[in-house]
Amino acid sequence: MTIFTIFISAAIINNYVLVQFLGICPFVGVSKKLSSSFSMGLATTFVMTMAAAVTWLIYYFILVPFNLQFLQIVSFILVIASLVQLVEMFIKKMSKPLYDALGIFLPLITTNCAIMGVALFLVMKEYSFIESIIFGFSAGVGFTLAIVLMAGIREELEIADVPEYFKGAPITMIVAGCMALAFMGFAGLI
Amino acid sequence: MDYTSLAQAVLSMGGIGLVFALLLALANKKLKVEEDPKIEKVEDLLPGANCGACGLPGCSACAVALVNGKVDLSICPVADASDLEEIGQLLGLETVDTKRQVAVVLCQGGNTNVKKKAEYDGIKTCLGATFASGGERACNYGCIGYGDCVAVCPFDAIHMNKEGLPVVDRNKCTGCNNCVLACPRNVIELHPVSSHVFVLCNNKDSGKNARQVCKTACIACKICVKADESGGFEVKDNLAFVDHTKYDKEYEIPTEKCPTKAIVIVGDKGEK
Repeated sequence: MTIFTIFISAAIINNYVLVQFLGICPFVGVSKKLSSSFSMGLATTFVMTMAAAVTWLIYYFILVPFNLQFLQIVSFILVIASLVQLVEMFIKKMSKPLYDALGIFLPLITTNCAIMGVALFLVMKEYSFIESIIFGFSAGVGFTLAIVLMAGIREELEIADVPEYFKGAPITMIVAGCMALAFMGFAGLI
Repeated sequence: MDYTSLAQAVLSMGGIGLVFALLLALANKKLKVEEDPKIEKVEDLLPGANCGACGLPGCSACAVALVNGKVDLSICPVADASDLEEIGQLLGLETVDTKRQVAVVLCQGGNTNVKKKAEYDGIKTCLGATFASGGERACNYGCIGYGDCVAVCPFDAIHMNKEGLPVVDRNKCTGCNNCVLACPRNVIELHPVSSHVFVLCNNKDSGKNARQVCKTACIACKICVKADESGGFEVKDNLAFVDHTKYDKEYEIPTEKCPTKAIVIVGDKGEK
């Protein structure tokens, strides 16, 4: 598999949010404002890329030699949690407003199933080290794409004439469904 | 039993954890952000129950808001007066003299008093029963009896008695408002702890209809209004209630003649 096909496949065709339905929680939770959703996307992309690299190393240099594959989920959680802590400290230091805007969803990247998904998929698909990093990065790009698209639509929805009982979460769910339908159109591209 | 693989598993996981812990400790040192030390002190003084009575997402958010001067000390109804005073001294805020409020369940329609209208097999929550024509009890205004209020209480201060009615532990209750919001019938209200006389009924039907469904319903006969000279009793929407700002006797009911014994003294004398 070439790098390009991995990228297209992870970012668009098997988009983590809209096709595989992983990481829905921040997708709905932080998509109210374009700027904060983009930062959330960046943070997630960073964690995904780093997690892909570190989990690959741990899997092939620690777990496989000692025959400890059954510990993969535990060790991956360890990696992801530590990385998220790091990102959290970093963002808190760099931009307090952004830290406040992301709120609880920043530490919740820890439990973002999309990141766990990346770690488990790269083992399942038997990617090489470089491929894993590309895979993690493109999955993050796909997540960012989805959340930014969603935020753009939701900003427009703020001024749209939405029926009273569809305001807020319901219309967001409907929009998410429509977007997922649209992304199904990419299926079979490769 | 394969002890080597066990040891390997423990050592490798422990090792990975240790490495990450060291990295994080280093990063923490480099990236530490100086926070206002007051925030931590204020948070320690707050109750730490994260009950949400202040409307903020937890005690730490409340501490930040207090330190930044966005809210005043009356925001936390739960904290002890002495703790609030200490916070006030720390931040130079004026202590607001808040009378402690406690929840009062305005219903006596327990299983023996109120008629049963049907068997209810649905979801055993008050909210669920509300959607299914209001559960088993015939009164459309009173307690449904499935304990939504008990479930939301963060202070373990409200319990169901044998009659299937919630009883508030007035010592433990902090007036956080959670049960008031949880009750779909609005049977629970917050009142200052010094108020003891209540009309424990919420039925707004006419006297005859109210009496038909419940032995202890207020039938709006106005005997209490006539008997009390202070004007503390009023009747509105077929329901008597006590206006505690006017009612002059703290621990005494004005008349024994209430035909359904709906007027009740709640709590102990001299509670604080």
